[in-house]
Amino acid sequence: MEPAAGLGVSFAAAEKRYGAVRALRPTTLEFHRGEFTALLGPNGSGKSTLLRLAAQLLRPTSGTIQFHGPAGEVSAAEARRRLGVIAHATLLYDELTAEENLQLFARLYGLADTQAAISTRLAAAGLAGRESSLVRTFSRGMRQRLTVARALLHSPGLLLLDEPSTGLDAAACDWLAEELSRIHRAGCTIVMSTHQGGPALSLATRTVWLDAGRVVRDSAAVAQTILSVPPSSGPPPPSSGAVM
Amino acid sequence: MAVETQTVLEQVVAPAAPPPVSLWDGAWAVLAKEVRTEFRSHELLTTTAVFALMVVVMFSFSFDAAREAVRNFAPGLLWIAILFSGTLMLEPAFLREQANETLAALRLAPIPPYSILLGKTLASFFFLAITEALLLPVFVVLYNVPVAGVLPQLTLVLALGTLGIVVPGTLFSAVTAHARMRELLLPLLLLPVLTPVLIAGAESTAALLADPPEWPGLWLKVLAGADVIYLTTSYFLFESLLEE
Repeated sequence: MEPAAGLGVSFAAAEKRYGAVRALRPTTLEFHRGEFTALLGPNGSGKSTLLRLAAQLLRPTSGTIQFHGPAGEVSAAEARRRLGVIAHATLLYDELTAEENLQLFARLYGLADTQAAISTRLAAAGLAGRESSLVRTFSRGMRQRLTVARALLHSPGLLLLDEPSTGLDAAACDWLAEELSRIHRAGCTIVMSTHQGGPALSLATRTVWLDAGRVVRDSAAVAQTILSVPPSSGPPPPSSGAVM
Repeated sequence: MAVETQTVLEQVVAPAAPPPVSLWDGAWAVLAKEVRTEFRSHELLTTTAVFALMVVVMFSFSFDAAREAVRNFAPGLLWIAILFSGTLMLEPAFLREQANETLAALRLAPIPPYSILLGKTLASFFFLAITEALLLPVFVVLYNVPVAGVLPQLTLVLALGTLGIVVPGTLFSAVTAHARMRELLLPLLLLPVLTPVLIAGAESTAALLADPPEWPGLWLKVLAGADVIYLTTSYFLFESLLEE
């Protein structure tokens, strides 16, 4: 397979306001292809807004957002076909079965040979044997597993996760971290917001801190600054994968 | 083991995005989901059909069906029952997508945004048509109006009128889904817009139920014209209304 299937996204002075409230101040930031970025910050810091802008669920009030594939810039419409989103909510229909949910999204994403892909994803999510169960009968952990299966069904190049560990027990958090590690190794770009710790956070290759709608620290920028200074004049650089 | 891991990775991130999904394919997927969900819960159909039948039955207690004058007001009563039950049915059209933020899931899918409205409109048309099919025999018996000779023409009038109700109704359902007091807001917005449909529907039905029946050419044109205007307006407005 082509290793550079990941999709990058860059924000150029992108800002989001709701009336007088500035949910995200003008932000210039690039999430490179294949990168695993953790967005950190307190509640209301702008993490979810940034993710929703990247997911095209919101339009920036000013500034631009562009996507980058292996061959250069990718249109927003093309990028939407390569986007996967795992949000606070499950984005699943409770009155449909697990299989029907995945069938619906397979149709919406225009996937061919869906039955094999659905069976594979359900098995990978540990839901084999529960295909015909209504989602409303699932536990929180099972719903989250199905949410991940739905988000990965169309093999996204950019996966956006908004607090994916919320409400999950330790075993489910471990499973999620394992899944994220797997798709990251396959070249998928991952941007994950969290204000908690957890196993998934340790996978991040970059961390971006937000507060009050602005980026206050970016580990990539810190590393770049340190690398640009002669070794004798500064402290030793931190490891690029360091998180906390 | 290494081969197995590689196979899983190849399934997770594919190099090429699937082809675009057409307007109709997207709409059919949404329609199928709506129908499947409704036939599983029976929430909308049951309440709407019972409400429509109650309106027609309660009005029948107030009038003497044996009188010739019944032909004058019966068409209006029929259309009021359809209009009110349609309003009741349309309110949850988008409200149901709020439970797990499934509207966001639909918006994330690479389908034309109008597919969402079209699929829901077709579903509302289907459900309201079922309600009318249940309502019509009761109406014929209670008001003593023979429709056997004009059934195809009456079906055309009902189809055009139903389309005229569900197109703006589904659009306004999207508008009011996030509003407080939405139960009041939807009828307040919708009923003035539907006045032409109510008048043209009632006049067309009255012409068909007259003795001898008349062809309601002008009123049918009004109904068809209203449908075209509503469809065109909803096509151009819906995407901007989806913005959060």
